[in-house]
Amino acid sequence: MENKKIDRIINKYQGKPNSLIQVLLEIQSENHWLPKEALDRVSKKLNVPLSQIMQIATFHNTFSLIPKGRHEVHVCTGSSCHVRGSTRLLDAVQELIGIRPGETDSDSKFSLDTSNCLGCCNLGPEIIVDGKHHGKVTPAKAEDVLKNYE
Amino acid sequence: MKEILLQIDGKEVKATEGMTVLEAARSADIFIPTLCYHEKLKPYGGCRICTVEVEVRGWTRPVAACLYPVEQDLKVRTRSEKVDRIRKMILELLLAHAPYSIELQNLAQEYGADKDRFEKESSFCILCGLCVRYCAEVKKKHAVGFVKSGAKREISFIPEISSKECWNCKECFPLCGTSYLQAAFVLAESLAFSSASSKNATEK
Repeated sequence: MENKKIDRIINKYQGKPNSLIQVLLEIQSENHWLPKEALDRVSKKLNVPLSQIMQIATFHNTFSLIPKGRHEVHVCTGSSCHVRGSTRLLDAVQELIGIRPGETDSDSKFSLDTSNCLGCCNLGPEIIVDGKHHGKVTPAKAEDVLKNYE
Repeated sequence: MKEILLQIDGKEVKATEGMTVLEAARSADIFIPTLCYHEKLKPYGGCRICTVEVEVRGWTRPVAACLYPVEQDLKVRTRSEKVDRIRKMILELLLAHAPYSIELQNLAQEYGADKDRFEKESSFCILCGLCVRYCAEVKKKHAVGFVKSGAKREISFIPEISSKECWNCKECFPLCGTSYLQAAFVLAESLAFSSASSKNATEK
């Protein structure tokens, strides 16, 4: 990520140390992960020690310190989805894109993660791709959902 | 400063407004065990080993002595059956992480805690935060910090800072109640700055 982009995000918050999480969120949503250089820059510009940034960046699941793919795939593993067969769905998705939860495929197309209940229990089991919910996905239907993403 | 009178273990203790129960007890030579407390640092309330029973208007409840401010006519019990039970449980839980800590073993003997009660999960760190807070509040270097969350939480040195600051400081080492910190530091040093580490070894 370029320094210019990071500076643009930081400048919006005029170097207020207490807007750290907001800055990190914006970098995360624009870049899909938090590179070391970006964190160094945030540390310098917002005047927040790096150890504190690391504490926050590793605490929240939203932040990623490793590169993510263009599309973030989440398979819900909440209790309701689990009962409706999310384990088999997760297996099918892993098979389809060839990675395990927490990984990114080699051409940076998909990142896979499991998620806890998102509150759409009557739609379970569900897959969330880039924030869009796909409900009642059976293992057989998983391919239909994923093939729409390039 | 307003003077406050309170009772700790049946003894009248004079304190000033803004003091904590722990400070009041120490000033009256009443011992309350602590693990995460340090005079130079802000109270943290992380270990809960300083739990005491306070009585306000007839109601008793357990509180952390290092955080609880003194009140007029407060009644504090530092060694009741309930307090001992709470401390014993805390110790048993901490001992699952750091079974070889001398500090913990001594307390365990006092409170009859069994170090083998819970399955060992020897992280050798009890997350008291002494090193992290000392580095941030006293030295203002922020070379060591907490990372991750929940059961995976641990301390971690920031290589960029610690490679510059830690060699001549190491003041956090003696603070550590489990000596995990020192082990972690030595490990980080050998992994991250192998050349500096070997140079240091030859100097000794």
